[in-house]
Amino acid sequence: MLKPFLAWLTGNAITTFARLITAVRAIWDGVEPVPAQRVYFANHTSNGDFILIWTVLPPNLRARTRPVAGADYWLTSPLRSFIGRDVFNAVLIDRNSETREQDPIALILEGLDTGASLIIFPEGTRNMTDAPLLPFKSGIFNISTARPEVDLVPVWIDNLNDVMPKGKLVPIPLLCTVTFGAPIRAAEGEAREEFLKRAEAALLALAPEATEESAA
Amino acid sequence: MTDMHTDFLTLMAGIIGLLIVASGIGYALKQRVAPDGSNATIENLNARILAWWGMTAFLAVAFLAGRGGVILLFAFASFAALREFVTLTNRRRADHWAIAAAFFVILPIQFWLIWAEWYGMWSVLIPVYAFLILPIIAVLQNDTEDFLMRISQMQWALMICVFCASHVPALLFLDIPGFEGRNVLLIAFLIVVVQLSDVLQYTWGKLLGRHPVAPRLSPSKTWEGLIGGVASATLIGMALWWITPFTPLQAALMSLIITLAGFFGGLVMSAIKRDRGVKDWGHMIAGHGGFIDRLDSVVFSAPIFFHLTRYFWSMT
Repeated sequence: MLKPFLAWLTGNAITTFARLITAVRAIWDGVEPVPAQRVYFANHTSNGDFILIWTVLPPNLRARTRPVAGADYWLTSPLRSFIGRDVFNAVLIDRNSETREQDPIALILEGLDTGASLIIFPEGTRNMTDAPLLPFKSGIFNISTARPEVDLVPVWIDNLNDVMPKGKLVPIPLLCTVTFGAPIRAAEGEAREEFLKRAEAALLALAPEATEESAA
Repeated sequence: MTDMHTDFLTLMAGIIGLLIVASGIGYALKQRVAPDGSNATIENLNARILAWWGMTAFLAVAFLAGRGGVILLFAFASFAALREFVTLTNRRRADHWAIAAAFFVILPIQFWLIWAEWYGMWSVLIPVYAFLILPIIAVLQNDTEDFLMRISQMQWALMICVFCASHVPALLFLDIPGFEGRNVLLIAFLIVVVQLSDVLQYTWGKLLGRHPVAPRLSPSKTWEGLIGGVASATLIGMALWWITPFTPLQAALMSLIITLAGFFGGLVMSAIKRDRGVKDWGHMIAGHGGFIDRLDSVVFSAPIFFHLTRYFWSMT
């Protein structure tokens, strides 16, 4: 009884804090906020990325959307584990291919088969470079070929890397936007490289001009 | 005290009546011209009217909550404005701590000092101490690229969004003989006159506007709008003398000064938007612009209004 309530309270505290710092606004550009099953794939520059997506999703969508996150980060302390598991109901995958026991794609598909929507970061790691995007890993292609009936929705998160750059403990308040674009799916027989390029282009197309200029 | 409440309620009733009329006109225009929301001017008008309802509601609640409420309200507005301004500045990673200090140290201290009635300190905190300390924090990060531009923009952001904005709640602490307990009406006077001037400039401009004041900046700000708006807002300000410590003539003169300051403030803030290549300061409500879009004229007129009132009427 107490744990779900605490999780609900923590979830609301986190989204309120995210709104206070970023006044985040969703832009639905080519897709509508309707409760269809989807895989949201986003650019990844900050640990707060999925929080921002989670914050702007309408509550009925939020309740059935699970972020896919690294178990190596989220299971390292009781607090992180509470937030990862109980608040965000994350699909936790082990990113270390040497030591892991379960195949991440299998875990992700298992999550999809329960009817949940997912949030994934196909770059695989946080982008610390000046390039707007890192090359996508194959995961997104494997998901789409295994579940071709699920829409993949590109999501561009703007400005969050300036709010909380790596290594800084205090965030600075800046306006952020989260832009949802037109969904894509892997076509039958589409080659991996071809699909990954197409997915990268769909995501980059949502980046506002200004992000290319900002030097930070 | 009751006197203040009566005046305040009368003023509120007047504003709400005005807003009801405005909303009615906005609704009728929309129904007659473009019920599908395709007329940008009418949509903009209705968005503004909606923003004023919100502003009125917030102000009313804050006023009822007393000094603390007003200070908290403006501290929050200041925070939101600074968030919008800093988003548009040139920042580098080296500025992180200086910007964090502006938001989480300077801003709260400024509003706390106003609450503590420490005029000698709050009037120099940002122009003197922040002005010197923030560049020091930034320079310690060892990044000189665009340094002058970065520190100048940060100081400008603080001056406009925190320092100037904080003069509005500071009006509560002026000690004017014969006006005790009624200071909140000074804030109401400032905001009502400046906001009405914005509306009237807009209306006169739409009706008669031919000659833009600054064609490259804003084709919608015309001499006809400026003169008509400022003149009519000055008359309204004069008619509101009974809520102020001023005589009718003084109220008219004050209104003239603050509406002119407000007009040029709007022009300056437009120039900054133009420079940064954006249409609106933010997205407080989707498609309706940001806090600064609605408050730019008040922010420019508040310090002038404060100091004129303080110099000529206040004991402190």
